[in-house]
Amino acid sequence: MDKRLWWFLGIGLVVALLVAGILSGFASGEPDGLERVSIDEGFDETAEDHTLADSPLADYAVEGVEDGRLSTGLAGIIGVGITLAVSAGLFYGIRLYGRARRAKEPA
Amino acid sequence: MHIPDGFINIPTSAGFGAAAAGGIWYSIRRSAQYLDDRRVPLAGLVAAFVFAAQMVNFPVAAGTSGHLIGGVLAAVLVGPWLGALVLTVVLVVQGVFFADGGLSALGLNVFNMAIVGALGGYLVYRGLIALLPKTRTATVAAAGVAAGLSVLLAAFAFVLEYAIGGEGGAAWGTVAAAMGGVHALIGIGEGLITSLVVGAVMSTRPDLVAAAPKVEVPAHG
Repeated sequence: MDKRLWWFLGIGLVVALLVAGILSGFASGEPDGLERVSIDEGFDETAEDHTLADSPLADYAVEGVEDGRLSTGLAGIIGVGITLAVSAGLFYGIRLYGRARRAKEPA
Repeated sequence: MHIPDGFINIPTSAGFGAAAAGGIWYSIRRSAQYLDDRRVPLAGLVAAFVFAAQMVNFPVAAGTSGHLIGGVLAAVLVGPWLGALVLTVVLVVQGVFFADGGLSALGLNVFNMAIVGALGGYLVYRGLIALLPKTRTATVAAAGVAAGLSVLLAAFAFVLEYAIGGEGGAAWGTVAAAMGGVHALIGIGEGLITSLVVGAVMSTRPDLVAAAPKVEVPAHG
């Protein structure tokens, strides 16, 4: 892979980390579009607590970190890491699968 | 836009979950045909960026916010099939690690944002591209407009699900009007962010934009 692509990926990753780590702390805390509609139309009460509501990263906050922006930012950075790891596994797996399929087909 | 558990009954959630699973499987088959060494890290980066951008809710009206979905963004950058998988990865990570989007509603959310948002939005993008001149500006504009419309498509996918199996007794017609109104506003934000990011990539590495028409730019600088 060419060196310039690695530069592009590196800069892109820095941008993603800045957005997840810093900009996320300044996000609006108001209900999103669907939540707003559910409140206005009276079906918000049907929402159940998330099955994993007690997980250490629930609601984009790191358990035990009190400062709101820091907690959100850390959760964001961890989330970028998890997303990269899951993506790497899935997409690398698909690439191997595609290669295996092509190898089986007559040229 | 992330549906929690409870809004839509289980049979309806299961039905749309099955449709979403079929869409994912087909997307894997199609992605396998063109996924190469450089698209693997690129798709990972797009997933990480979409995850990050989805955290940033912007205000759209009094007491209401919205955030990027990123379906058209991902589809334009890495192609529609890989783009749908990028959105699926983001939704699974959000549901499993961040308690965002119910687990029984995961199929609904994948259907709305990965299948309808990314693949449906990409169809809109291709339709616009066919009508527009093959220039960089037109590509960026088409991505933005398609992204904005994809939010409405995803919102109406929710309305369909609510009409079939919604809890709480709201009339689907009023839900449709309310969803359409607020998501038209969120769609403007989606369009602006998508145009900004596609424009930035087009001006630095146009060869990395999978769905750009072959415009009059050098492939490698």
